[in-house]
Amino acid sequence: MSWLTEFPELSRRDLMGLRKTLDGAYRDFSREYGDTIEAFFDPLLSFLIWFEKLLIATPWWLMIAILMLITHLAARSLKLTIGVGIALFMVGYLGMWEDTMSTLSIITVCTIIAIIVGVPIGILMARSGRTQAIVTPILDIMQTMPAFVYLIPVVMLLGIGKIPGLIAVVIYAIPPVIRLTNLGIRLVDKEVLEAADAYGASPWQRLINVQLPLAMPNIMAGINQTIMMSLAMVVIASMIGVAGLGQPVLKSITNQYFTLGLLNGGAIVVLAIIFDRVSQAWAHRSQQHMGDNRS
Amino acid sequence: MTQPLISIQGLYKLFGPNPKKHMPLVHDGKNKDEILAETAHTLGLKDINLDIYPGEIFVIMGLSGSGKSTLIRHFNRLIDPTEGNVIVEGEDIMHYDEKRLREFRRKKMSMVFQRFGLLPHYTVLDNVAYGLKNQKVPKAEREEKAKKWLEDVGLAGYEKQYPAQLSGGQQQRVGLARALCTDADILLMDEAFSALDPLIRSEMQDQLIHLQERLHKTIVFITHDLDEALRIGDRIAILRDGELIQLGKPAEILLHPADDYVEKFVRDVNRARALTVETVMQPAVCRISSDNIDEALAQMKQQNADYAFYVEGERYKGLLAMEQLAAASAPESIQELLEESCQAVSPDSPLEEVIPQTLNHSGPLPVVNQQGDLTGQLPRDVLMEVLTGHPTEDQKA
Ligand SMILES: Nc1ncnc2c1ncn2[C@@H]1O[C@H](COP(=O)(O)OP(=O)(O)OP(=O)(O)O)[C@@H](O)[C@H]1O
Ligand SMILES: [Mg+2]
Repeated sequence: MSWLTEFPELSRRDLMGLRKTLDGAYRDFSREYGDTIEAFFDPLLSFLIWFEKLLIATPWWLMIAILMLITHLAARSLKLTIGVGIALFMVGYLGMWEDTMSTLSIITVCTIIAIIVGVPIGILMARSGRTQAIVTPILDIMQTMPAFVYLIPVVMLLGIGKIPGLIAVVIYAIPPVIRLTNLGIRLVDKEVLEAADAYGASPWQRLINVQLPLAMPNIMAGINQTIMMSLAMVVIASMIGVAGLGQPVLKSITNQYFTLGLLNGGAIVVLAIIFDRVSQAWAHRSQQHMGDNRS
Repeated sequence: MTQPLISIQGLYKLFGPNPKKHMPLVHDGKNKDEILAETAHTLGLKDINLDIYPGEIFVIMGLSGSGKSTLIRHFNRLIDPTEGNVIVEGEDIMHYDEKRLREFRRKKMSMVFQRFGLLPHYTVLDNVAYGLKNQKVPKAEREEKAKKWLEDVGLAGYEKQYPAQLSGGQQQRVGLARALCTDADILLMDEAFSALDPLIRSEMQDQLIHLQERLHKTIVFITHDLDEALRIGDRIAILRDGELIQLGKPAEILLHPADDYVEKFVRDVNRARALTVETVMQPAVCRISSDNIDEALAQMKQQNADYAFYVEGERYKGLLAMEQLAAASAPESIQELLEESCQAVSPDSPLEEVIPQTLNHSGPLPVVNQQGDLTGQLPRDVLMEVLTGHPTEDQKA
């Protein structure tokens, strides 16, 4: 009756065998298809490199001016616009301009991908309870599984570099967009939807003209969270070769450079605040006229 | 009679996860509460049969939860029945596929919602044009139309506002304009005026009646306000717990409520205002066309009447009283004996307008239509009985 006192474990040899088989199978798979998959991502990689170079090559004052203009157009707040200008200037002044631009480029691309992939998945989830039941646990796993764990297969498949980093960031950061798109669409007022049906809207017309616009506050909140999460992921992604503010942070950890770490961490915070404030102000402004419509 | 425009046949709706399974209970005649207790399913509608004719304003009434909204949502299949058919212009819309149904909703019926159902992110103008946008009508054309309808409901100048910036009454009028903008023949209105204050409400009721006269739409109108129902309805259907209790013209419902439930509804109605003379008058039996006093007297005695109407063909000439005739001496002509104090009343007048006349005069009032023909009589005691709420069977017109 040994199983009463000791856990009935798989024998060490079997366990080893299991791991070896799985790892072997995956290794074979990546050897077989790794190149194809890499080729598939090539256009994305070129775009990423091009975009990063563009941001870095643009003169710093022009870049700051552009970012301030975007802030102004989105938020229409003088205070915020000037604040963004000063913060960016400080980041550059402290010697982190290039890294900040790299991070900005990868975050932008990650966010765009997360939206392009996440919003349609959210829409599908909102359309059917079945899809929701399948996707929700996957999202739970994506959010709780330690990021390092899913870095491993990505690195095995694609090696070290920008693309695996990008994939890791997107996997980590995409759940909020999906969740909140789904939630937003499900929360749309039932009577407004009935009105859409009663006036003969096709499913597409209903989605584009009614559901998505009315779900927009929630979708925006999801995008906002996604941006924040991808910024948080930047340090981890730098472990597999993503350039940007993450790398100096990583260096500071291994070499115990406290100030370097602090400054680069600060730059990440600056980016986070800019993204957050600007996207929130824009979302708020674009929803203003809807006011309290449940009167 | 003409062909019905909408025909509801044997309609049942059971709400819940598995309605088909529990339908036998409904057919066994269990009521709403029993079914809810036994199966956790809500009986929404039970065996509804009704026809709606082109050009009428058909009112559906009932207390909260009686199934009014559920019923009206079957007309354009926002809700599908558990059993039964909805036939519009002779076609069973239950057989429509999605595309056909969409076409039907775009062209045939439009709807005004209880809680407006406006699109909060669209301007007022875009909201009104929404139905046409779904039909892919070009922007300029649909906006022109929408503008016109906005003017018609008295909201010119509000085009660029958003629904949240409007009062409840204004939003409801936007909803009405949106419904009219698609030129659909049938208008479904779910408590469209409930959110309005009494003044605007009666204004809107007038507007609706006017509109119907002008555009000859068929209107299905839900309300839980009987005064409103009586005011605008050509016919009224009364629902209770998903069942059709009574269906009839306003006067029929007021004078002959089918049961206690309807009776309770009609109890507080101001009958003097709601009923017209025509609905309570009796046939004028004692008509005298002879000029001979003796003949007239004989006829009145035979019919046991104290008063008689002096007529020439159908034309009303005056009222004769037995006393006067009996006291008269032979050479007098009958014309000179006509009661002068008595004025004729019109069949379309509300009862409240004729009350003064009945007080001045003890005999029945002659009811005379616009052509001057005698169409009936209105005895004082009948009027009193109707107004105090104890109608008797023989008052049927
Ligand atoms: N989707 C639904 N699921 C379950 N039950 C429903 C549903 N819709 C309506 N019911 C039930 O059907 C009954 C009738 O509801 P309905 O909305 O038609 O009432 P109503 O007469 O329009 O009331 P009101 O005057 O308050 O608008 C109610 O008992 C309600 O609980
Ligand atoms: Mg209702």
